[in-house]
Amino acid sequence: MGDQNPEKMLVKGNEALAMAAIDAGCLLYFGYPITPQNDIPEYLSKHLPPLGGEFIQAESEIASINLLLGASATGKRAMTSSSSPGISLMQEGISYMAGSELPGLIVNISRSGPGLGGISPSQGDYFQATRGGGHGDYRMIVLAPSTIQEMYDLTILAFDLSDKYRNPAMILGDALIGQMKEPLLRRRPEKIDLPPKDWALTGAKGRKPNRLKSLYLQDGELSEHNWKLYQKYERMKREEVRFETLLTEDAKLVVAAFGSMARVSKSSVELAREEGMKVGLFRPITLFPYPEKALHDLSKRVKRFLTVELNTGQMVEDVKLSVDRDVEVYFYGRPPGSLPTPEEILEEIRKYYG
Amino acid sequence: MELVFKRPECLIDVPFHFCPGCHHGIAHRLVAEAIDYFKIREKTIGVASVGCSVFMYDYFDIDVLEAPHGRASAVASGVKRARKDRIVFTYQGDGDLGAIGIAEGIHTANRGENITLIFANNGIYGMTGGQMAPTTLLGQKTTTSPYGRDFTYDGYPIRMAEMLATLEGSAFVARVAVNNPANLMKAKKAVRKAFQMQIEEMGFSFVEFLLACPTNWGLSPLEANRRVEEEMIPYFPLGILKERKMADYL
Amino acid sequence: MSGDRFYYDVIMAGFGGQGVMLIGNLLAYAAMKEGRHVTYLPTYGVEMRGGTANCTVVISSREIGSPVVERPHGVVLMNLPSLLKYEQRVLPKGLLLFNSSLIDPKEASRKDIEVLPVPVNDMAIENGNPRLANMVALGAFVEKTKLVRMASLFESLEKVLDERYRQFIPPNIKAIELGARFVQSL
Repeated sequence: MGDQNPEKMLVKGNEALAMAAIDAGCLLYFGYPITPQNDIPEYLSKHLPPLGGEFIQAESEIASINLLLGASATGKRAMTSSSSPGISLMQEGISYMAGSELPGLIVNISRSGPGLGGISPSQGDYFQATRGGGHGDYRMIVLAPSTIQEMYDLTILAFDLSDKYRNPAMILGDALIGQMKEPLLRRRPEKIDLPPKDWALTGAKGRKPNRLKSLYLQDGELSEHNWKLYQKYERMKREEVRFETLLTEDAKLVVAAFGSMARVSKSSVELAREEGMKVGLFRPITLFPYPEKALHDLSKRVKRFLTVELNTGQMVEDVKLSVDRDVEVYFYGRPPGSLPTPEEILEEIRKYYG
Repeated sequence: MELVFKRPECLIDVPFHFCPGCHHGIAHRLVAEAIDYFKIREKTIGVASVGCSVFMYDYFDIDVLEAPHGRASAVASGVKRARKDRIVFTYQGDGDLGAIGIAEGIHTANRGENITLIFANNGIYGMTGGQMAPTTLLGQKTTTSPYGRDFTYDGYPIRMAEMLATLEGSAFVARVAVNNPANLMKAKKAVRKAFQMQIEEMGFSFVEFLLACPTNWGLSPLEANRRVEEEMIPYFPLGILKERKMADYL
Repeated sequence: MSGDRFYYDVIMAGFGGQGVMLIGNLLAYAAMKEGRHVTYLPTYGVEMRGGTANCTVVISSREIGSPVVERPHGVVLMNLPSLLKYEQRVLPKGLLLFNSSLIDPKEASRKDIEVLPVPVNDMAIENGNPRLANMVALGAFVEKTKLVRMASLFESLEKVLDERYRQFIPPNIKAIELGARFVQSL
């Protein structure tokens, strides 16, 4: 596990994520079966018990998120995973975790909706993930892997950021990234310095009791608490933004896409370059904090953006909010059912390249 | 002079916010006494639910976590699985356990989670202002059953202790009241037994308290006390419903 | 093998139990061993119900965009429903390799692609293990396309096969070789 010269493995995204959880020291998993993420609980139900960990197949996603809330409150790393409808059920618990400033990893290997929808890949949960799908004025750290290696690397990062900020973090993947296999180097990343968890509930031995709560009824208390959370989110925006750019230096048009659609778009950008079009790619890795400043800076040079999503238009709003006013932002989206091919996106690029 | 009565060490020296005649304070005290008795204050983690019992962290001098409404037993399961050597209990009202959190309660018991669940059944929603609870008795008037609970509309009051006692995972299930000294002594023993079961890793332990809520019942404290005896206990009989003698793994 | 620009994608399909996922995995693993970029995408969830299974393998000298392929360069089809579904999708000049033990060659209608019928079930039965028809098909496919070296396939078997089947590596190798020899003899 996590040796420094590992052999390349060929694994599913879901398995890479589960391996990363173990390598990040998360030995507590709670979840309820739902396609297309079942490889995660299946892997962990096999591998956690021999490591002294705990695996609970909960009675619902509502129970899963609250098991996570309880386990995280003790200061240990813990996680749950699900897919879109299950993540909807977790929103209450996520809001409480944010309010009580509890870390914890929530994985959404999203499928298509609304309602029962289907199990095909979709990016329809972007709003839910980035806007705080539960009640109250809170944010969640959201990371969007686009390769199997990133499923591993970003999962470890998500645990670190979650602990660093005492805030729930989400991996937002989709059926494509969860189900496909790709080479993985299971290389344990460097440990980063994290603040001590002196807030954790371990029994009040030799210290005053710790209380973890989100109820604030005294005058001014709640507003103070909300400002504190706000400052935390602002700090994330300053310090934790991550994104990738490809061939943007001389670009006249930049494609903006995340997760699975970013990898398809990457092929389209390369095809466009072969035709002599100066096209680049902007891929947000953190969906919250969103790389708004980087996009804004880019929009001083590039005046055309094409946002490509596997939905009918969600992240495009963040692109529009980020770029300069004189920038044209186009959108190409697909509702769930089929994935666009690189050639189809290329066709859109041609249309807007001018 | 011999000291015959004092505040349990793990209760903080502040006045309860509970209404006059409310039994929550007594139930809190019995839990605190059990924690003191076993000297487990420094390793006990309490999980508060939503309802009048939410302010548990203001009264207990222990680590306390607040759970979303109905989810206390799931939260407590998470705590216990992460820290198996700690003592974990929840304190949940009838709305919390009997209505919105019944699934979590049943499955926590069914998994045999080694925690203690203190169930405060006063047959009404106290915190929100006297609405009908899953344990409200037939004919009982509340702000949402103004004509009295009618089973053709509202179904019947749920007997949680009996339900949980049927599950293989539960190790200890008792129902108690604190309306007179004799019942109070039995309640004290039951709470102590429940914590003992957890300490001995016997599995899920459960104590249902029948508590008076004079304010929302519209009765004086004495009348409310009588109502526990005359109306609640006949429907919710007291006693130990289940007591496992040996842990499953033994 | 690196340096040149290379790209190939293949869809493998058949009944559940015919082992198409396994040979897809094996091909992808062997290509990875040879330093290629690879993706492997299986069917999952409800798609698996009803008994047909398929997987898509992409092998490239460069980073791979989409693991989903609408028009593949090649297909390996183990049963008639798969032929009906995938034959029309093969790129012109592409390869259609199918299991002629279970599919009547007359069912294949395309004239603009290379059609390679291989009686993989009959060959596997003759070889003593009918369950290795999938490996016969893979051997034939790799011999035809030269996507990876045979040795890479053999070396990858221990990584791809479930532990309890590792004792069957020699018969698997034999079945792959059988498929390869069939193509050589054409």
